[in-house]
Amino acid sequence: MTTIAQELQDSVANRALRLAKRVLLSQEMILLVITLLAIFILSEQNDRFLTRRNLEREAVLLFEVGLIALPMTFIIITGGIDLSVGSMFGMSAIILGFTWQDYGWPLELAIVAAIVAGAIGGFINGTFIVRLGVPPLIMTLATLAFYRGLALGISEARSARGFPQEFLKIGRGELWGLPHQVWVLALATLIAAIALARTPFGRSLYAIGNNELAARFAGIRVKRVKLAIYTLSGLMCGIASVFFVSRVTTTRSDMGTGMELDVIAAVVLGGTSIFGGSGSIIGTLLGVILIAALKNGLLLAGYKGDASLVMVGAILILAILINNTIQRYVRR
Amino acid sequence: MTSQTAAFDVRVIRDRLTTKLNQELILTLSLIVLTVITTSINSRFVSAGNLSDMLANSAYIAIAAIGMSMVIISGNIDISVGSLIGLLATIAGKIATDGDFPLWMAYVVPVIVGALAGAVTGFLVAYLGIPAIVVTLGMMSVLKGGLILWTSGRWIYGLPSGFKLAQWDLLGTPVPVLLMIFLTIVAALWMRYSNTGRAIYAVGGNAEAARLAGISRRRTLMTVFILHGVTTGIASLLFATKFNTIQSTVPPGLELFIISASVIGGVSILGGVGTVIGSTLGAVLLKAIDSAMIFTSISQYWLQAVQGMLILLTVLADLLRRRRQSYLMSRE
Repeated sequence: MTTIAQELQDSVANRALRLAKRVLLSQEMILLVITLLAIFILSEQNDRFLTRRNLEREAVLLFEVGLIALPMTFIIITGGIDLSVGSMFGMSAIILGFTWQDYGWPLELAIVAAIVAGAIGGFINGTFIVRLGVPPLIMTLATLAFYRGLALGISEARSARGFPQEFLKIGRGELWGLPHQVWVLALATLIAAIALARTPFGRSLYAIGNNELAARFAGIRVKRVKLAIYTLSGLMCGIASVFFVSRVTTTRSDMGTGMELDVIAAVVLGGTSIFGGSGSIIGTLLGVILIAALKNGLLLAGYKGDASLVMVGAILILAILINNTIQRYVRR
Repeated sequence: MTSQTAAFDVRVIRDRLTTKLNQELILTLSLIVLTVITTSINSRFVSAGNLSDMLANSAYIAIAAIGMSMVIISGNIDISVGSLIGLLATIAGKIATDGDFPLWMAYVVPVIVGALAGAVTGFLVAYLGIPAIVVTLGMMSVLKGGLILWTSGRWIYGLPSGFKLAQWDLLGTPVPVLLMIFLTIVAALWMRYSNTGRAIYAVGGNAEAARLAGISRRRTLMTVFILHGVTTGIASLLFATKFNTIQSTVPPGLELFIISASVIGGVSILGGVGTVIGSTLGAVLLKAIDSAMIFTSISQYWLQAVQGMLILLTVLADLLRRRRQSYLMSRE
């Protein structure tokens, strides 16, 4: 009698232990601890770090990378990659500035044009990847050069400026006491998180990343899903560029150069496997926040901006290393 | 056992005849077509001065692409190569202008440091199992930030006359061109005939089969990344001595240019396929396009867009040709 009760107790305890192990040692939890630790250390260094003003400013600064990191998470989960985001971002910004300034389009139309241009950019990436089977790395490497080239060619390296006050409110205004960017990013993150974790669309991304052929045999419209996420990536670049142009009040053709690496670093830091098949939006959000906190915190602590580059790189490698080790231990 | 190896050899020979020779032929033909068209617009394009300039300018890209091709053929990638070239060039410049060190160290130290950096990347990839794209993403950040921290962006002026490798001529040919040809031939022979060279293809083409054949994946990858560091070091010497000043910054997009040269040269991003002769031709073609656009006085602003488009076209041509070939093979 006692043995059965004991066994039962054991198994319950075991299960609880396993669950605790899984939750406490999950990628996201470890990243959360690292992020909190970093924030704690950084706030010790400078008491301006944890002020409302600084955090708001910080949220505005991480907005673009954060927004683009959402579809990037989808793409990397399917085993793909999009290197052209920085260029699509720059191209959208230029389209916004030059349809308005040179072609005299109304500003509303120019904004729509910019967002549509981004989406078309993403759609072209997706079409080549899906229809012709070009590896995503190669396709987006080529369009990284091509879209940046378009931005350069259209603008002829001139900048557009002198936007009306109304437009500048988009990227500099507040709603209910917080910058617009905070609300947009929060909403987008929430939608992305639900879509990824709780909808057939989200589950199909994991399926594609784990085994594309099996996903196709399971009746998932692999091509359509992939085309959708690459287009979404371009669309988000377009939206992000509108906020960015409004915030910095000018458009230049080199906007967003190197952004792809910030975005990918955040996603990978967030625990999304570069080989596809696993990852989460919460992880990505934490990755974005950690990188932004490091950059801002080190700056406030009196280090030059380049020190944060070194830190981000080192943390990226270290975090993956720690996570790999722990995940190997958990699975055992 | 023997019959199997024989069959393997037959296939390799057939592949070589159908696949690889063709990509190199396509590149050569593209070069000829480009030259003919450009010359018909501006006959100065084929002047001896311009041709040797063009080749000399592509040398450091081609040499870096040799190592990059090995890395990609082994199934990996290195996005930190541009940052590493920037750092190594600065190290070379500092040593050359310092006066405390003998001049030969300016030639040797960058190559050694390059090999060490390659060893670190190789160790992280081969022994700790972190994906190369993540490791080199981190390395890029570390190297780029470290370089700016170190130099504060100050340029290096007044290189001594003994440190102008890229500006020298030997037998009427620029030294960079000779170096490019020499290293390409050595690397091509090594990859084709040595055990380790063949192992790179095996590891990148089918890691499991390579393991069963008794090839150490780890040791092969270490060799590949160290050699890649060495070629990067040599490339950085040419890059450093191109002009009389060194900018001490990382040229933006250099890594993508080098990867593009490899990919255009027919190196498959999926690993296992490609030659360094192809990647060298790819580098020359890329620089020839640059030069052709200047001679046909196409607006500088559209240069990058055309370049991106051409990268895409070359990749597509390669892809379609490969698809056709696999169709032909399946019909046999």
